[in-house]
Amino acid sequence: MEAVREKPMSTVEKAVAALRREFAESVLGVDEFRGQTQVILDRAALVPACTLLRDDGDLRFNRLSALTAVDYWPDEPRFAVAYQLYSLPNRTYFGLRVPLHGQSAELLTLQAVFPSADWPEREVYDMFGIKFLGHPDLRRLLMPHDWHGHPLRKDYPLGYEEVQFSFNHDEIDRRKPYARR
Amino acid sequence: MFPSQPFEVTLDELKHLVSPRALEGETMLLNMGPQHPSTHGVLRLLLELDGETVVSCIPDVGFLHTGIEKNMEAKTYLKALVMTDRMDYLNTVGNNLCYVLAVEKLVDLDVPPRAQAIRIILTELQRIASHLVWLGTHALDLAAMSTFLYCFREREEILDILELCSGQRMMTSYIRPGGLWRDVPAGFEPAVRAFLRDFPARIRQYEGMLTNNPLWIDRTRDIAVILGDEAVAMGLTGPSLRGSGVDFDVRKAVPYAGYEQYAFEVPLGSRGDVYDRYLVRMEEMRQSLRIVEQALQRLPEGPVRSDNRKFVPPPRSELGTSMEAVIHHFKLWTEGFRAPKGAVYVAVESPRGELGCYLEGDGGPQPYRVHFRTPSLTNLAALPRLAKGHLVADLVGIIGSVDIVLGDVDR
Amino acid sequence: MGVEQKLGNMGVVTTTLEQAVNWSRTNAMWPMLFGLACCAIEMMSAQSAAFDMSRFGMELMRPSPRQSDLMIVAGRVSRKMAPVLRRLYDQMPDPKWVVAMGDCASCGGVFNNYAIVQGVDEVVPVDVYVAGCPPRPEALIHGILTLHAKIQGEKLRDWA
Repeated sequence: MEAVREKPMSTVEKAVAALRREFAESVLGVDEFRGQTQVILDRAALVPACTLLRDDGDLRFNRLSALTAVDYWPDEPRFAVAYQLYSLPNRTYFGLRVPLHGQSAELLTLQAVFPSADWPEREVYDMFGIKFLGHPDLRRLLMPHDWHGHPLRKDYPLGYEEVQFSFNHDEIDRRKPYARR
Repeated sequence: MFPSQPFEVTLDELKHLVSPRALEGETMLLNMGPQHPSTHGVLRLLLELDGETVVSCIPDVGFLHTGIEKNMEAKTYLKALVMTDRMDYLNTVGNNLCYVLAVEKLVDLDVPPRAQAIRIILTELQRIASHLVWLGTHALDLAAMSTFLYCFREREEILDILELCSGQRMMTSYIRPGGLWRDVPAGFEPAVRAFLRDFPARIRQYEGMLTNNPLWIDRTRDIAVILGDEAVAMGLTGPSLRGSGVDFDVRKAVPYAGYEQYAFEVPLGSRGDVYDRYLVRMEEMRQSLRIVEQALQRLPEGPVRSDNRKFVPPPRSELGTSMEAVIHHFKLWTEGFRAPKGAVYVAVESPRGELGCYLEGDGGPQPYRVHFRTPSLTNLAALPRLAKGHLVADLVGIIGSVDIVLGDVDR
Repeated sequence: MGVEQKLGNMGVVTTTLEQAVNWSRTNAMWPMLFGLACCAIEMMSAQSAAFDMSRFGMELMRPSPRQSDLMIVAGRVSRKMAPVLRRLYDQMPDPKWVVAMGDCASCGGVFNNYAIVQGVDEVVPVDVYVAGCPPRPEALIHGILTLHAKIQGEKLRDWA
């Protein structure tokens, strides 16, 4: 084989390579879709992996852009917590994904690495019930403090109110709790 | 059905958030309730005050939580577009753009250049409109009421342009997957040109009222200073971050929708205080005018919607003559188009910061999971750090300078 | 207003009194600043120079419920906000009116889900519903004028 000049690795490729090197058994897969990369990590490796991605001189993923979760009920692993990291010097996005089982929906908080994970984690707890261990203030963020249930789970109903048409107008009118003075 | 009492909080639950002095009764806990003229919406702040100084500030949000993300999962991709307008209601066109870019990336749909140019024109006009509301309400809170009336006068012109294109002043839903809803009418170009001609003088008028005004400088200089790395770590984005000197604008960093074709600058502040954020936003309005001018100059001719009939409905004129068009029309309006299994994340620059849409499809006609990474949520999370040590009167200016929209925070 | 109601209908005196009091109530109604969401922006536009609600007497928008007569519920009311809304309504002194501005306040609007109260009339009694998402400032002013017309028709025995 001739020695051809290889194309320099992009930041995302370097990140994937670094993760595979340091956390070989925790990298459960690499998803590439429409030009965007998401590395599927085991939950034990999340905080060390993010620390590596943030501190490494080449990578410098110093911003947490997005933190959210997806519910795959009734499939297992039920939840997947998705992270989007951003590197200011290298101007790239990078995705991470941590699958969680429904019975043990717990994860270490990322606040130690990215303080801006505070409220997004509270929102994920509120909406999905995923607990973040080590979070200093894990309370409900968007729902009232005494609400039961986690709304964005797939087994939580939408809370749809029946629409009033002319055939059921009076019946629904009777049931509706109108306010008095 | 709903909680019968408002959220009555006792000190026990918040022990870890207030300073030890509150537990001894030395400092006062004050509720800056959900209904307040200066909180720009339904934001509740629990303030721990030592006299007039804020020792700690605990925001309580969720009073405008609308369940948009769950509701979008129950609708088709096109019908869910309508809900995106209502999130950040000052940047309605930008919300549409973010969601539509995510959908187009997910299904790999092309957009004709004319549609791209018009999208950029409308998004930049919307940015100016949002900054006008920001300026009006920020100045109103700091007792400069005339600015409020002037800003809303200008905003009427922009809303007239939006109404010309889409029929709606605010919730336009004009940007659709594959392009736009329909082509712009004949009066669009003269209206935008008239606006471009008149607006620079108006910006000078606002600046004349505020920028060198000693009262304004007194109330905004060196308030809520946050710099460089700390601002990034706290999660700030948008003009709040650029006021601290960090150059991060999604339009330049990760260009989308054709922004790389236009020349514009990203203004940066240096001191990271309320005054610098004000200057950054004023300059951003001028740069938006530049972009609109360039886009209008080179507005290409052509269609405004993609040809891909699997995702974009055919024009109604074809329905009389082509059976395929009828079938596509029927499929799209009853079931909606199907998106493949996969997840994408697209970020745009809203007037508040980085607005991102994480969209996951599952092969069906309804989005499996839509999450919006909204700038106001993370910007508001930085408020306790920004407000510490300032007076209550400054708090009003700080909230104004961070420019939050509660629809964005709570979704 | 107790004595007049006890004396009953005194003919022309009652009608003139009704007209005078209703006229004065409509001409200087102070709205309470209760903008919640997008409709609040259109309410602010209605207050601004282009549409000018102050020509109808609504110059001042009082943030305090204790100093206002009219509550314009502008925007979507979430389940967390509903008790706050009721508490503010109870704090308003009589006579008070409520205008439900926008689709979300009238009937839940676009959002038929767990988080939004389906119509603010589940929480407070509403006098006028203004439709639109968001209603144009002219539509809001039309709603206010409808409320004025409704008040003009109020009788002595209905006064609070």
